[in-house]
Amino acid sequence: MASEQVVLDVEGLRMRYGTTDVLHDVTFQARHGEVLALLGPNGAGKTTTIEILEGFRMRSAGRVSVLGVDPAHADERWRARVGVVLQSWRDHGKWRVRELLAHLGTYYTCYATEQITRPWDADDLVAAVGLTAQAHKKVRTLSGGQRRRLDVAVGIVGRPELLFLDEPTTGFDPVARREFHELVHRLASQDETTILLTTHDLDEAEKLADRIVVLDGGRIVADGTAEELSQRIAGEDEVRWTHAGQRHVRSTKESTRFVHDLFRRYGDEITDLEVRRASLEDTYLSLVRRVEAEGAAR
Amino acid sequence: MNPTATALRAGWRRGLIELRQSLTNGADLWNHAFWPVLMLVVTYFLRDVSFGQSGFSVGALALPGILGMNAAMAMVTMSQLLTAEREDGTLLRAKATPNGMLGYLVGKIVSVAGGLIVDLAIFLVPGVLLVSGLVTGSPDSWLTLAWVLALGMVAALPIGAVLGSVFSSARGQGLLILPILGMIAISGIFYPITSLPVWLQWVAQVFPVYWLGLGMRSALLPDAAVAVEIGESWRHLEIVGVLTAWAVLGLVLAPIVLRRMARRESGSSVAQRREKSLQRVG
Repeated sequence: MASEQVVLDVEGLRMRYGTTDVLHDVTFQARHGEVLALLGPNGAGKTTTIEILEGFRMRSAGRVSVLGVDPAHADERWRARVGVVLQSWRDHGKWRVRELLAHLGTYYTCYATEQITRPWDADDLVAAVGLTAQAHKKVRTLSGGQRRRLDVAVGIVGRPELLFLDEPTTGFDPVARREFHELVHRLASQDETTILLTTHDLDEAEKLADRIVVLDGGRIVADGTAEELSQRIAGEDEVRWTHAGQRHVRSTKESTRFVHDLFRRYGDEITDLEVRRASLEDTYLSLVRRVEAEGAAR
Repeated sequence: MNPTATALRAGWRRGLIELRQSLTNGADLWNHAFWPVLMLVVTYFLRDVSFGQSGFSVGALALPGILGMNAAMAMVTMSQLLTAEREDGTLLRAKATPNGMLGYLVGKIVSVAGGLIVDLAIFLVPGVLLVSGLVTGSPDSWLTLAWVLALGMVAALPIGAVLGSVFSSARGQGLLILPILGMIAISGIFYPITSLPVWLQWVAQVFPVYWLGLGMRSALLPDAAVAVEIGESWRHLEIVGVLTAWAVLGLVLAPIVLRRMARRESGSSVAQRREKSLQRVG
């Protein structure tokens, strides 16, 4: 579980292409064992952020520390402690699943430590991502979901201390998605892997992440647990009731007080009472809408 | 074991795995066999055509040159593979793996060189039986063949890697084949170089294809055949000199160019190229 040790430390990160800023002053942290979701609409800067942290992209300004090292100047020892799953891979089509995992694992053998056995045994890993039936199939014959699970397997073959997942469940069917979520939970709880994942799926962020950072237009617009986000931001609860044969709907920030008042005024005449708490989705939509409105006003 | 040694060993195994893969699937086998078989057919028809008053058949003169040409073509294979695997993300995968780039390069060299040896065997074994007038009985011939081939590989493969990283798409890569074909045409492989205009002979002597061909001829042709060569000599010293120069150039340039290329690789650049290639198909 999350300890106090900061694994990922980003401060004042900026990225500029030509004259366009795609990241403005992005600041956040992740602690050891934490699952952090970077949530935002398309074009929000999620992939740029994650690529800078992976050491695949140079930043324009700001301080970045990943496992205590600046990824722009990191060496192979650091590389061995980090796992990367990108949005799209099509490589190694001729290789067989188990063969590829066993091969890529060999690069990690000399980076094993007393605490961490590297690499992950190929057969165990194939089983862990649910590809046992496909272990001896060629990679290019896998379905989209299977391919994605292989990508995840490649990402974790070196038993990384920090794992980057860029939109990991795109193209998954509901079963594959559930299995994937269980895998992420297992990695975080049993292996204490710190995980940073990007997604535009709210439901996924809520299920997987200990903490959610919402990125929009290259800025962080919110940072907290799913509950904190729902409470902090102007998500309104919805109250529905029937009075004198008439159906009523009202949105309110203070649903408890509102219902209390309702009963004080009408007592038993109120029927079919329903209170729906603001969901993360409402929160998120209102957030993004607010940012966009501000952007339009500027 | 230290990380570099681990990566070198992983690269060696990677090369062998890829070689096995390419020898066990239809499309690749076709690629392996196509040129050698085509060349065999050409050689077959040239086996009785005699070259001037030399007493040698054009087939016998061409066969060693064709070996040299095949070896030079490994350079093209290398550069094509590099471009294709940059496009599909293999290179980025290597970059995401500790010491993966080193392993990748070693693997590529092993698999391309191994594939070349297979190609050469497909051509050489029947070729030797078809064409008369070759010296194949003495160990000297095979020794010369081996060192010329080895040096040729060291000269050609790094240059191939450099060419592969210069072109950003498979389409640009296609343009590369034209100058290479030109280089082969003037290299004296199909017809002795001394029958070309002198200025063209000088151009041909800049490139490694000519020297590979010359080395192969010196290995497999009887001494009398030297009469149709420039200066009537096999010029072993010059072969070593020119091929070594290309090797040094390639080995110095390749890591620099590859590193620069690797630095630019990221998930979104791979995704972008993927989009582009899909558009081309659509």
